[in-house]
Amino acid sequence: MTCPFQRILDPSHRANPYPLFDELRATPVARQDDGTYVVSTYREIVALLHDPRVSSTRRSLRDPAFIGLDPPEHDRLRHLAMRHFGPPHNPGKIDALRPDMLAITTGLVDALAGRQRADLVDEVAYPLPVAMICRLLGVPREDESTFHAWADRLIELIGPGDDDDAERERERQEVADKLDRYLEGLVEERRREPADDMLSGLIADGGMSQGQIVRTGVLLLIAGHETTINLIANGMLTFLRNPDVLARVHDDPELIIPAVEELLRFEPPVQFISSRVALADIAVGGVTIPAGAPIVLALAAGSRDPGHVADPDTFSLDRPRNEHLGFGGGVHYCFGAPLARLEAQIALTELVRRLRNPRLVTDPPPYRPSALLRGPRHLLVEYDEILPAR
Amino acid sequence: MWRFAGGHAHLVRVVVDLTRCQGYGQCVFLAPEVFRMREEVLLYDLEPAADQREHLLRAAAACPVQAIHLDSVAPTEPGESTYTGKIVIVGGSLAGARAAETLRREGFAGPLTVVSEEEGEPYDRPPLSKQVLTGQVPPEHTRLPRVRELDAEWLAGTPASGLDVAAKRVLLADGREVGFDRVLLATGTRARPWQNEAEAALKGVHTLRSAHDAGALREALAAGPERVLILGAGFTGSEIASVCRELGLPVTLVERGPAPLFGALGGVLGDVAAQMQRDHGVDLRCDTTVTALEGDADGRLRGARLSDGTTIEADVAVVALGSVRNVEWLRGSGLAAGVWGVTCDAGCRAIDVNGLVLDDVFVAGDIARFPHPVYQYQFMTLEHWGNAVAQGEIAAHNMISDQAHRWPHLAVPVFWSSQFGVNVKSVGVPTFADEIAIVQGSTAERRFVAAYGYQGRITAAVTFDQGMWLEHYQRLIEQAAPFPPGDAKAEPARVPERLSAGAAATVVVTGHDPAERRVSLIHTPGGVTS
Ligand SMILES: Cc1cc2nc3c(=O)[nH]c(=O)nc-3n(C[C@H](O)[C@H](O)[C@H](O)COP(=O)(O)OP(=O)(O)OC[C@H]3O[C@@H](n4cnc5c(N)ncnc54)[C@H](O)[C@@H]3O)c2cc1C
Ligand code: HEM
Ligand code: SF4
Repeated sequence: MTCPFQRILDPSHRANPYPLFDELRATPVARQDDGTYVVSTYREIVALLHDPRVSSTRRSLRDPAFIGLDPPEHDRLRHLAMRHFGPPHNPGKIDALRPDMLAITTGLVDALAGRQRADLVDEVAYPLPVAMICRLLGVPREDESTFHAWADRLIELIGPGDDDDAERERERQEVADKLDRYLEGLVEERRREPADDMLSGLIADGGMSQGQIVRTGVLLLIAGHETTINLIANGMLTFLRNPDVLARVHDDPELIIPAVEELLRFEPPVQFISSRVALADIAVGGVTIPAGAPIVLALAAGSRDPGHVADPDTFSLDRPRNEHLGFGGGVHYCFGAPLARLEAQIALTELVRRLRNPRLVTDPPPYRPSALLRGPRHLLVEYDEILPAR
Repeated sequence: MWRFAGGHAHLVRVVVDLTRCQGYGQCVFLAPEVFRMREEVLLYDLEPAADQREHLLRAAAACPVQAIHLDSVAPTEPGESTYTGKIVIVGGSLAGARAAETLRREGFAGPLTVVSEEEGEPYDRPPLSKQVLTGQVPPEHTRLPRVRELDAEWLAGTPASGLDVAAKRVLLADGREVGFDRVLLATGTRARPWQNEAEAALKGVHTLRSAHDAGALREALAAGPERVLILGAGFTGSEIASVCRELGLPVTLVERGPAPLFGALGGVLGDVAAQMQRDHGVDLRCDTTVTALEGDADGRLRGARLSDGTTIEADVAVVALGSVRNVEWLRGSGLAAGVWGVTCDAGCRAIDVNGLVLDDVFVAGDIARFPHPVYQYQFMTLEHWGNAVAQGEIAAHNMISDQAHRWPHLAVPVFWSSQFGVNVKSVGVPTFADEIAIVQGSTAERRFVAAYGYQGRITAAVTFDQGMWLEHYQRLIEQAAPFPPGDAKAEPARVPERLSAGAAATVVVTGHDPAERRVSLIHTPGGVTS
């Protein structure tokens, strides 16, 4: 039988990879035929996320964004981007966007009225995060159709795949170039005519080269909408599969807060981190990962590790201290986590509140191809009516 | 006498376990009116306005290391303790309150009495030298969250004056006696006063230990003194100096040792701290002591004379010369208690003058002197927030458990401080070292990790604004990993001799939760094996 990780990558297991992640944990640090080490238990993943001998450097990329760099350059660039996004310089920025998020969501849900069926991926889970990240970055909403296809294709090409590596790499480069050129155009516009957005801010600060601004813009654009879409879609899917959870969140909207944390643990939109390399021999979980070996951190397996969390395959709103790996950990901890959390909390609250008697049309739904950024391609639901906004 | 009760359900109190916090800033994003961050320094209001409730729930849920404790969250199911004796806790501050909470959380349903010298509810001390002194948070806004409504009798405002171990009674200063089956001693420390009583009584001379002290010092600083004189550049003195500079006040800091923080971190990082202080405009005088404080005719502080013959004019002075353990009340109790603390075993059980372990008397927090296997079983006291919490929990657990289910206190010490905008964290015992190496970052930028080693094994690590890496070094310490890690260059540690290095006994700590943490001795050249 092939190794569980190879089967996880196989699209036929997309709907429910968790039994395979369970199998994977039987060998906490598993060497693959190609020399990659897959790590699947909670404590070992956390240890490697905080291990300075584990590198994120993407040598294959020129001018990588900070997700592909190690400290100190990673810290410097992340810090520069953070100036326009969060603390310490801009602590209230994301919280202040809540009214905008609600207004956008309300508009999207209003549009579901007058019929009894909708695709919650295309109609809510996708447009909300895109609208928010475009607004923050300064990307015109009208260009969405231009970059959407590139972004979708790019994430399919990130991380391990089963087709020819050289061909994947070539296509990845080609799509990345298109996104770069698109962002370059925007940066040029902002240089001429600054606006109140992150791109203009990055330009004005002067700490990043032109290439770095472009790469940072591409990173935020992609990370900002190819992930949260899955969190929202997985959320409705999980609620509809667990009517008691749906009822409790409906009756006590504050429960959306633990619900979103539990979603990040139970159905993580980012299933693994596939881009680490050992810089030295590292002893972990009884195995020595040799210097130079690629490392995959199976976040989805770690967050369901029974050695870390009781009753891991149950979706529970009552976990007292829900420490999960949904956003990674250590210095690369997700940059956009607060934005994603608020978007999901607001979107899911409104969907739960306003869809009367929602039902899944197909279970499991069709999935997007990526094993790494895993989520439904469509989520068809039926409902009796759309209740008015508050 | 009063009891903890609900009744304030609309108010949320919050405390952050800053020993766990790794500076992810998620709380600042989601509750920006409660939490503030400066680089990696996190400062916050422990008792925010009622309208912040939802923001706080979001922040606490989002903390990646679950370091934020609120008092409004639904309590977990209590455990199943069957112990029914009467328990008394002496000292109702951090260690005592944590112990009381733990007893109830583990299902102890018997009578519980807390004897507390201080009036009012338990509060948190670390903010007193930080966000309280800057004025960001009023001193009365530091009360600790009630993790659960405690069914406990609180005898507040009266100190204990004696302990009768044979008759199992705590004597109170007002003449009352409180009987117990098991007792926990958690009376902590107080600020060491200035040696000359008349000089210490001058108006303008302060110490800092209680919320009351902090209120008085805040008022003095807010009045805009001409110059503040601080005696002692340990963590407290250095933090106060930092606040003074933040408030734009001229400050002179006088330190007996060769550098600030020398006693805790040694000379190499002491020099880094000295440069940081001078860059922020502190008038730092090392290798110097204050010989006298001088007052005017009205009994107001005027200035001080220093050991180098110079004088300083200052209208506010803060005596930050360390602490004195509150053990006087245990005189005659037969316990091995003295200026060094109250001696106990790794399970927090007190040891008597004959060296015998007592089964009904437990010790936790700043007064506890316990043997640490990782540091060659040497006895140590740790005046650290995290230690008070961990020992309070372990002592409470052991008080209501039988021998087979008791836990050892094996936590590797963790400490934090924030000063001059830098978050300083330490894991292990930095003074237990002969060498030090900068293993990540740069001291020039004051963003770095320093590892400490003793006889080729890593014993401690200190970070300046690099707290996310600390847990890696904690793991290395627990594994008795070789020093220096990687290819870092080691240099002499220049630490004061505190813990003496004796015959080598190297151990490895395994397990994560208190229930499963254990030690194994590993083979050393001395010939000891497990
Ligand atoms: C200004 C300041 C800043 C600090 N900053 C940090 C920091 O940044 N990081 C860190 O890790 N730690 C810090 N600490 C240390 C931390 O606060 C202590 O380690 C912690 O408070 C110890 O708790 P405890 O319960 O053991 O003792 P205490 O907090 O001292 O409590 C002991 C209690 O017992 C009472 N008591 C004393 N004698 C008697 C008696 N005879 N009868 C009854 N009650 C009695 C006292 O009044 C007091 O209420 C700081 C401390 C101070 C004062
Ligand atoms: C539910 C939604 C999201 C999930 C599950 C998620 C998950 C993650 C994870 C696991 C990482 C760590 C990657 C690594 O360690 O290599 C990460 C990094 C990152 N994320 Fe997210 N993310 C989400 C939403 C967002 C959003 C909305 C943004 C942008 C605004 C964003 C921007 C980033 C960036 C820039 C990084 C790189 C951080 C660094 O390297 O320092 N993410 N994310
Ligand atoms: S670790 Fe938790 S408490 Fe610390 S800054 Fe991050 S969110 Fe806040």
